[in-house]
Amino acid sequence: MTRTVITADPGDVSVAAQTPGVVAAPQTAETLLEVNNLEKYFPIRGGLLSRVVGNVKAVNDVSFKLGRGEVVGLVGESGSGKTTAGRAILRLIEPTGGQVLFNGTDITRLSKGQMRDYRREMQIIFQDPFASLNPRMTVSDIIGEAMQIHNLHPGKDRVDRIAELLAKVGLRPEHMRRYPHEFSGGQRQRIGIARALAVNPSFIVADEPVSALDVSIQAQVVNLLQDLQEELGLTVLFIAHDLAVVEYICDRIIVMYLGRVMEIAPSRELNTNPKHPYTEALLSAAPVPDPTVKRQRIILEGDIPSPINPPSGCVFRTRCRYAIDDCAKIIPELREVGPQHFKACIRDDIL
Amino acid sequence: MTHQGEVLLAVNGLKTYFNTDDGVVKSVDGVTFHIKKGETLAVVGESGSGKSVTSLSIMRLIPMPPGEIKDGEILFTGKDGVQRNLVTLPEAEMRRIRGNDISMIFQEPMTSLNPVYTIGDQIGEAVMLHQGKTKRESLEVATEMLRLVGIPAPEKRVNEYPHQMSGGMRQRVMIAMALSCNPALLIADEPTTALDVTIQAQILDLMRKLQQEIGMSILFITHNLGVVAEMADRVVVMYGGRVVEEGDVVEIFKAPRHPYTMGLLNSIPRAGDAAHVPGQPKQRLEAIPGNVPNPLNLPPGCPFEPRCKFAVEACSEAVPPLFDTGGGHMARCIRWQEFEQAQVEVNA
Repeated sequence: MTRTVITADPGDVSVAAQTPGVVAAPQTAETLLEVNNLEKYFPIRGGLLSRVVGNVKAVNDVSFKLGRGEVVGLVGESGSGKTTAGRAILRLIEPTGGQVLFNGTDITRLSKGQMRDYRREMQIIFQDPFASLNPRMTVSDIIGEAMQIHNLHPGKDRVDRIAELLAKVGLRPEHMRRYPHEFSGGQRQRIGIARALAVNPSFIVADEPVSALDVSIQAQVVNLLQDLQEELGLTVLFIAHDLAVVEYICDRIIVMYLGRVMEIAPSRELNTNPKHPYTEALLSAAPVPDPTVKRQRIILEGDIPSPINPPSGCVFRTRCRYAIDDCAKIIPELREVGPQHFKACIRDDIL
Repeated sequence: MTHQGEVLLAVNGLKTYFNTDDGVVKSVDGVTFHIKKGETLAVVGESGSGKSVTSLSIMRLIPMPPGEIKDGEILFTGKDGVQRNLVTLPEAEMRRIRGNDISMIFQEPMTSLNPVYTIGDQIGEAVMLHQGKTKRESLEVATEMLRLVGIPAPEKRVNEYPHQMSGGMRQRVMIAMALSCNPALLIADEPTTALDVTIQAQILDLMRKLQQEIGMSILFITHNLGVVAEMADRVVVMYGGRVVEEGDVVEIFKAPRHPYTMGLLNSIPRAGDAAHVPGQPKQRLEAIPGNVPNPLNLPPGCPFEPRCKFAVEACSEAVPPLFDTGGGHMARCIRWQEFEQAQVEVNA
């Protein structure tokens, strides 16, 4: 599979602009994954009868598309709903509303049995390489488990396939008889990647795959993911809290805050020309590894509000330095403000 | 900011070992550095580099056994102007230093606060203990400290419990607690690692502001080079239980003399200049190959030799000494002069 080269095809853009309700079209021609108004509410029960007294609106009306072979970053702070969104897309937790179209099929309506075929296509790499590998299983059991469930590579073939996967992620075939505790953090994350690739998926959710790793190891794993993505033509949703890492490997970036999408734009565009006040603040808050750069940073006041009772109107308005009265009244729609560039903010006179 | 001031803390040849079933782990193996008054020194390193064990040794919080301060001295000048060697200080005297002259904030604000005591009780405890204040006075100090660290409605918050606060708020409480006795030295062990970037920016801003007001020294332990660039006056880089490079923050970032420091600087993604441009091949990070060494089985020579692209035969024979490269800059690499040459060429 070859990777579709991203072109600034004006036709593509106009399609997105003309179709109402369709936001953030991918840069590649063919859409692999389409998320429409995804919603995940966690009920809060209380009182004598354990009635539902409220909802944690973890993911609220999230829509975006991923083109085949595209790498898209999903960025936000804790409580932004990025991890919940990633898991709801894979139905590792059941979404409470919205659609997830994978190759045109709404997988949220599939039965468990039907879903199994799609699980082969959609895999996940977890954040914590220490918690996500079963300490009682050998590496070959861990990587082979998914193949067994899906009846792939039976018999001796499976061992060859495991050896091949280990080589692909930079480990040695003899490692397959070892247990997770015998590996360092970076090596464990390589095992986690090999496991995700075992069933030959076309789409991978990478949930903060390098956040728990040492700096010198992070770069190794980022480079490995980049190589594998290019070699296998994978479509990747890369969840992270660190914009700097995401920019390296992603074509586009989605910024979330308190369960909602704030901004979607191509990587460089988002970095050099953020249109949403939250993105601006997020970029400004990241410390720059250069002691000679002294700049005025935007320091956001306060904390992220509770998702149980999010602010009315724009969820970011309570910390936004540009907020006006209307921000409390209107829930801003995600709208196109430039080629491939979308923001959910009512003000056009800023940034 | 330049700090011509006198030395507040001098660590000389510190060795902290741990006796484990698998052998002796030399977590800190002959570490020497100093901090001047009012200065911020960043200790940078990855997991297993010995940076946290160094700070716990200064606080004498190493569990013994299995830990043991094998050798070296930690000379600290307290608020009373008396210099003491913390390694040999009796525990009773150490207790007077801890929390009063030297205090510490930790990485996990969630686990470092006691869930069953109010915020006010926890901040006030040190004040009562070290300054002989009454309970009522200590609560007043606690309220004042909460106001200082920017917690809204401190009169109300002082009676609340840790679970009623967010992560950023709890870290502010930790800072309030650490500063309640006006310490001469604040040890901050990865204080913002568990926090979101926007909250991290708040906390770093607060620490800088409070340092200017109070004039304390900060020993800042972190693996985040962005935070180092922002906070530090000088930097100590640790690897495999040893100091591999030390110098002024600008020197370390602009003219590193140790291949490990260079590798670290190259392996961090830099926002902006490297962002992917559509249609162009993506840039790659320069990774340091291999893994952090096993502390039970350190190489005989330079601990970084197995991962170093500049390694020559002599590197594996003996641990290189710290070379003085001039201007207070030190590097533990036998080839440092060649890098200096390279730097000059790059700059020219």
